Amino acid sequence: MTPLEKVQEKFGKDIVETHAFRGDETAVIRPASLLAVAKFLKDTPELDFNYLMDLTAVDYLFFAGGRIQKEFRFEVVCHFYSIKHNHRLRLKVQVDDREAPDGRKHPEVDSLTSLWASADWYEREVWDMYGIRFKGHPNLKRILMYEEFVGHALRKDYPFDKRQPLIGPQN
Amino acid sequence: MPTQTRSMLLNVGPSHPAMHGVIRLIMELDGEKIKGVEVEMGYLHRAFEKMCETVMYAQCFPYTDRLNYVSPLINNVGFAMTVEKLLGIEVPERAKYIRVIMSEISRVTDHLTCIAASGMEMGAMSAFLYMIKARDYLYELVEEITGARLTISYIRIGGVKADLTPTFTDNCFKKIADVRKVLIETDELLTRNRIFFDRMKDTGIMSKETAMSHGITGPFLRSTGVAYDVRKANPYLVYDKLDFEVPVGTKGDNLDRYFVRMAEMEQSLRIIEQCFQQIPDGPVLGELTGEVMKASDMVDHAKMGETQGFKEFQVDLDPTLQGSTKKYYDGISADQKSVVLPAKEETYGNIEGLMNHFKLVMYGHGIKPPVGEVYFPVEGANGELGFYIVSDGRDHPWRVRVHPPCFPIMSALPKCLVGSVMADLIPTFGSVNMIAGELDR
Amino acid sequence: MSLNSPTGFFSTKITDALNWARKFSIFQYPFVTACCGMEYMSTAASHYDVDRFGAGFPRFSPRQSDVLFVVGTINHKMAPVLKSVYDQMCEPKWVVAFGVCTCTGGFYDNYSTVQGIDTIIPVDIYIPGCPPRPENVLDGLMKLQDKIQKGEQSRTLYDPNAKTGRPAELQKYTITQHIKNIES
Repeated sequence: MTPLEKVQEKFGKDIVETHAFRGDETAVIRPASLLAVAKFLKDTPELDFNYLMDLTAVDYLFFAGGRIQKEFRFEVVCHFYSIKHNHRLRLKVQVDDREAPDGRKHPEVDSLTSLWASADWYEREVWDMYGIRFKGHPNLKRILMYEEFVGHALRKDYPFDKRQPLIGPQN
Repeated sequence: MPTQTRSMLLNVGPSHPAMHGVIRLIMELDGEKIKGVEVEMGYLHRAFEKMCETVMYAQCFPYTDRLNYVSPLINNVGFAMTVEKLLGIEVPERAKYIRVIMSEISRVTDHLTCIAASGMEMGAMSAFLYMIKARDYLYELVEEITGARLTISYIRIGGVKADLTPTFTDNCFKKIADVRKVLIETDELLTRNRIFFDRMKDTGIMSKETAMSHGITGPFLRSTGVAYDVRKANPYLVYDKLDFEVPVGTKGDNLDRYFVRMAEMEQSLRIIEQCFQQIPDGPVLGELTGEVMKASDMVDHAKMGETQGFKEFQVDLDPTLQGSTKKYYDGISADQKSVVLPAKEETYGNIEGLMNHFKLVMYGHGIKPPVGEVYFPVEGANGELGFYIVSDGRDHPWRVRVHPPCFPIMSALPKCLVGSVMADLIPTFGSVNMIAGELDR
Repeated sequence: MSLNSPTGFFSTKITDALNWARKFSIFQYPFVTACCGMEYMSTAASHYDVDRFGAGFPRFSPRQSDVLFVVGTINHKMAPVLKSVYDQMCEPKWVVAFGVCTCTGGFYDNYSTVQGIDTIIPVDIYIPGCPPRPENVLDGLMKLQDKIQKGEQSRTLYDPNAKTGRPAELQKYTITQHIKNIES
């Protein structure tokens, strides 16, 4: 039984879709159940995902030049790995800044810092680059860019050469 | 009157004499003791991920070179293999061996630089000079094959740029012997050096559990006693056919990290030697046969339309392009016209080759993988180097994410430092081998 | 005869002698940030031996050095640090832009990278290359020595609007222009 099937069996109703493109097992889950699924992945002995290898986000604004419409804007992508069983799993959460709760400007996802220490910096980076907030993160501030920087650089609507120098000409 | 004490804040970096790499540590000190560390990074953020979204797949290679600039070939391999996984293509056996050889040479240069720099910061200047000498031997090897010393862009999607040169095998064995000699010398200089040994021993200790929860991989993790190596756990290329060991430490202190790196260099050299025994014979080992024509003459003739009989000619290219003529090239590139550039004879010799070439290099054409997403890890010099690529079916990657092995290590650095004394910062920082290029991207 | 003789004979000769001494005792401050640092190490180590040119002694304090080697990409977060290091150096001082990122920003034409450090501090010698080979660095170093011998120092900053102050070959064709040209 693969990790993906285990997750499907336990959280069937929370899963939006699954695929295994080129052998990478992937589950897209509802944002509300992220923490529960992550806890299940970490604490179940047959899964034992002790590594949060990577956590990042993807911006799907104007995906494929606008030819493919997605009903969400961002996707938070987590890659898990288990040293003991040597298997991997990708978990994705779709978030949208238009439908953020409480009329907030930034999309929000639950933080994984309580489960894996590595989530701390990864989530800070996602906040810095995409402006996605993580609920429950102890120290959510910019990590790569400086505090004076306005906007989030990896969003697709941020021009790649829009500079905000601290000193020197505004070229 | 009772003495009032308060802790001192000390700023180290981003440009500091005893630290290689740009990072800022804000330390809270109580006398000599470190009470707290805050790590501030981003001083070398060069927008790798954003730049990759603006260029075509093949044009990402120069950017990947500059991620971990101490071992650029491993980054090249990682990126190329991720795109190959996305495309679902397989590279020829010979190209796989060449990739392994080049990766392992890079791993040795990386470990040499790490140990040399951390030795230098503790005053062992002669070890630094010796190791940089050994590194230059290896750069010369790399230069013979790729034409460049450091930023190489040698790996191509579906193969490598050029085959090995005829003299490479001999040179390689010679240089490996030289490097071994230097390793023995430096081992004597460093391991039996009282100052070096005492400053490395029992400093910067990290436990297995902390390392794993921080997501640390590579030599750092292995020094704590976990034998996780991507080359063993998920063998890629031909690592499953090669015999090598994964050295592990016991305590996870700086000295263990030093020993793990030293042992890994020896294993890497072993891998290179085995590769030369196993590598399938390519045309490279033969000489140019038949009628030989200089590439420049060929271009001149082609301009006049005199392309009769070009297919029979062997092309004599510039020495730095040796091994990229058709005879060699086809043996090291995947048989995929939609991915791999044709050999130069094809491009200049017939219209199909020319069209194929243009279809791959023109803006708006190029390599077009199917819509999808893949993650592929390789063992970088510092740990698991993973690329995550999202494709939207066009010639540009929609998203390129690199999982940099340094990133989790630096997030765990405060755990290594808090409680030790100020002077331990230098060996600890040296032995974790932070590379700002891949940390900040 | 006073030093300020009408012909200026003595003062020129003394300056010459001083400059000669200066050019063979370069105390450099390597402001190493990125990939170019690897080639800087190779140049400094025994294989290429920068000590032959009297520049083998890196001083890691800006107050004790007279040539600032800016080695590697400078981004906007780093720019104020570079400026303050430059300001701490004593006169006379020279700046070497090592690698194409410091010359023009190189192929990092993006939101985070400074498009040439000469927009922040004056640069005397540009060593292009990504990274420059050690031979290339030594050539740049010899050019710097000539400049020191002549007693010249760069004082001007590059103004991106005026297109002056930077050698013609380094006034570049940016990726933005390239994409615009292709799309138009």
